[in-house]
Amino acid sequence: MITLTHYLVLASIVFLIGVMGVLLRRNVIIILLSIELMLNGVNINLVAFSHYLQNMTGQVFVFFVMTVAAAEAAIGLAIVVVLFRNRETVDVDEISLMKW
Amino acid sequence: MGLESILFYYFAIVIVATAALAVSRRNPVYAVLFLLPCLVHIAGLWLFLGAEFLAAIQIIIYTGAIMVLYLFVIFILDLGSFRTKRIIHQQKSLAIAGGLALIVQLVVLTIASTFPGPFGPPQEVVSGGNTQAVGGVLYTDFLFPFELASLVLLVAIFGAVVLARKESEETSS
Repeated sequence: MITLTHYLVLASIVFLIGVMGVLLRRNVIIILLSIELMLNGVNINLVAFSHYLQNMTGQVFVFFVMTVAAAEAAIGLAIVVVLFRNRETVDVDEISLMKW
Repeated sequence: MGLESILFYYFAIVIVATAALAVSRRNPVYAVLFLLPCLVHIAGLWLFLGAEFLAAIQIIIYTGAIMVLYLFVIFILDLGSFRTKRIIHQQKSLAIAGGLALIVQLVVLTIASTFPGPFGPPQEVVSGGNTQAVGGVLYTDFLFPFELASLVLLVAIFGAVVLARKESEETSS
């Protein structure tokens, strides 16, 4: 029998893989992909709770999360394009102009 | 073990494995290509939870639009051949310690806690279809956030166009 806990643990693992990707990787594209993974982990949670609590609000929230993800991808990739055009790199360690 | 359990574990294993592979690949093209089956299997999981509309949206928008956008940028900038000096960040030990703490917090506490109450499709879905139910809630209770979402997308389009525009076009016009 698959319960809510199964879905929550799966969502936690997907979210954590995303967190580790953001913390460990140095390629900007991979970091953006990891953020997508984290958003998807949250989306699994929202749909599971929507099913569990018999409430449609969770599914509507997934809709809004996807909208924000699309906007984030468009803006983030535009920044990557400009960055690569100016600095010839997508390595976050070499992008330290605004550090401190 | 019933069919539902077998399918759930199939989807869960594929999601976790492809997510881990996507995050650990050196070549971003492979990372995006591994993320595609991950997102499709998440959509399959949502079919279990009675969210057919979101499953379709996940495949059409996430894998069909957002991931293809990533692929286009990687191909346009020729990032497939780009290599960072090291794959792993310098803050490795700190990140792994934090990640382990998070996994203990999320997984262990989730398993330890119990969730009493109903478990089944929402009442709106039982009476009509899932798409009908989502539309009903979206266009009544969430009408203002829905309009706001369109504004967010509009601003994102403007932002992307303004950011990615070449400087030479700006001076010539």
